[in-house]
Amino acid sequence: MSESPGAGPAGGSTFGGSTLDGSTLDGNVLAGALGEIFAADITSALGQCASCLRTGPLAETRVYSGAVARCPACAAVVLRIVRAPDRAWLDLRGLRCIQFAIPADQ
Amino acid sequence: MGIISRGFSGRGRSRPDLPPGQYLVTDFPVLSAGPTPRVSLDSWELRIQTERGATRTWDWPEFRALASDEVTVDLHCVTKWSKLGTSWTGVPVDALLGQLTTKAAFALVESYGGYTTNLPMADLRDGKAWIAYRYDGKDLTPEHGGPARLLVPHLYLWKSAKWVRGIRLSTEDEPGFWESAGYHNYGDPWREQRYWGD
Amino acid sequence: MARAAVLGRLSWRVATVAAVRDEAAGARTIVLDVPGWPGHAAGQHVDLRLTAADGYSTQRSYSIASAPDGERIELTVVSISGGEVSPYLTEVAEAGDQMEVRGPVGGWFVWQPDAPDPVFLLGGGSGLVPLMAMIRSRAAAGSRAEFRLLYSVRDPSLVLYRYELRERAAESSGLSVTCAFTRSAPPGSARPAGQIDAGLIAAAGWPPARRPAIFACGPTGFVEAAANLLVDLGHDPGRIKTERFGPSGGTL
Repeated sequence: MSESPGAGPAGGSTFGGSTLDGSTLDGNVLAGALGEIFAADITSALGQCASCLRTGPLAETRVYSGAVARCPACAAVVLRIVRAPDRAWLDLRGLRCIQFAIPADQ
Repeated sequence: MGIISRGFSGRGRSRPDLPPGQYLVTDFPVLSAGPTPRVSLDSWELRIQTERGATRTWDWPEFRALASDEVTVDLHCVTKWSKLGTSWTGVPVDALLGQLTTKAAFALVESYGGYTTNLPMADLRDGKAWIAYRYDGKDLTPEHGGPARLLVPHLYLWKSAKWVRGIRLSTEDEPGFWESAGYHNYGDPWREQRYWGD
Repeated sequence: MARAAVLGRLSWRVATVAAVRDEAAGARTIVLDVPGWPGHAAGQHVDLRLTAADGYSTQRSYSIASAPDGERIELTVVSISGGEVSPYLTEVAEAGDQMEVRGPVGGWFVWQPDAPDPVFLLGGGSGLVPLMAMIRSRAAAGSRAEFRLLYSVRDPSLVLYRYELRERAAESSGLSVTCAFTRSAPPGSARPAGQIDAGLIAAAGWPPARRPAIFACGPTGFVEAAANLLVDLGHDPGRIKTERFGPSGGTL
């Protein structure tokens, strides 16, 4: 699995393009909401898009309305989060696999 | 409730005549689940497909030739803002359904860009829903769902699918984009049906 | 250090304003005391929640501007015209007021003081805030990592931390600061006002061969322009970390 952002959308550049207009925030903004669910930071975890198989940190996804994260390369939905007062729903069907770094034992 | 911050009053105002938990706003927030689709009127079409596979399609000139209503309705978003007295021009969904024969009980509404939402057929009929193409006296802008969007004001606004392209009628109820991710399957603001299990 | 700690479940904490400090036109630093604050890493942010008397509440994300300092954190807020939260924070909030914060959060856009690599920071407008936390943490830790900052801002009245940056960038400090103005530059500036370009980035930063750790933060348009220019200059995309702040540089 590649760890670098790799190629962007066809004809576009690695870090942005017209595919994803309307999103002005990236996955960094989900750190708080996801931090209520996971003990480990999720935004630095590497996710593989189930649609285009590109791998990258969830921090680099493009986020809409604080609730939908899309792959920066192909715009497929990789994550959905819904928050009620006493519950949260997390849909990760758009991700094949998530890689977390865990510090090795010293 | 969180601790109150002295001197803070946000955009929303509490009002006794609103559905429970809602706040009145005067602007028109734009919330979406993805990029704004840019649909040219040359290629726009609205397709309704029945449970038996029969379809009826309108292109933009055909759609705009249909008789329309001018309605003033209140909007209630599940994110707690409400906007009252909004003016729309749209084709009643009744008129579109009237051109098909169906016994379907459910509908899945599909948008350009991939968004979907589901409703019972009964909530699209009898003057409860429109395919709207004008808001506040002007052509509906892309950020608010233009060229045309579904308007079903008696349910939370996520049911009023922007950038509508089709309605699939079915004997089965298939949850849409938000309904399969935690939002309530029906979404009645007056019973505060925001989430699963409400 | 927060990095190795497995925290209890993240939840909202009460924060009390200890002081406010004007930074530039329409920009103010809010100093918050947060009992139980577990510490943070440079680059992390908090979610801040405000509740009105009628129960209406809203939240926004703000980068932490300060280096770790016990239970005290600083947020620098730039007011956005028509915004709902930033005008309150920059014009109304005062010492003694309370709000809620959730954090620290964010594990991607983070710089650890034990990292030896050279660092290239690119900040647009309020995007400077998390980069300032990195600059302050570097100083507090006595780090020898070499830092270069390119700070792009509309006009001189909006410059954040002007005097502090000048002091910290003193000779031999290992920090160099380049300020670029996009709308109006001070009279006699060597470079006229204009958007950042490849020449500016090449002059202000490191050559790709040095393989700097790169952090770009600010309005989305700035971040994407900067990152694309960096890649065009030959920098490795895998070394570039970005944080987008929304169209106008804030989340309102």
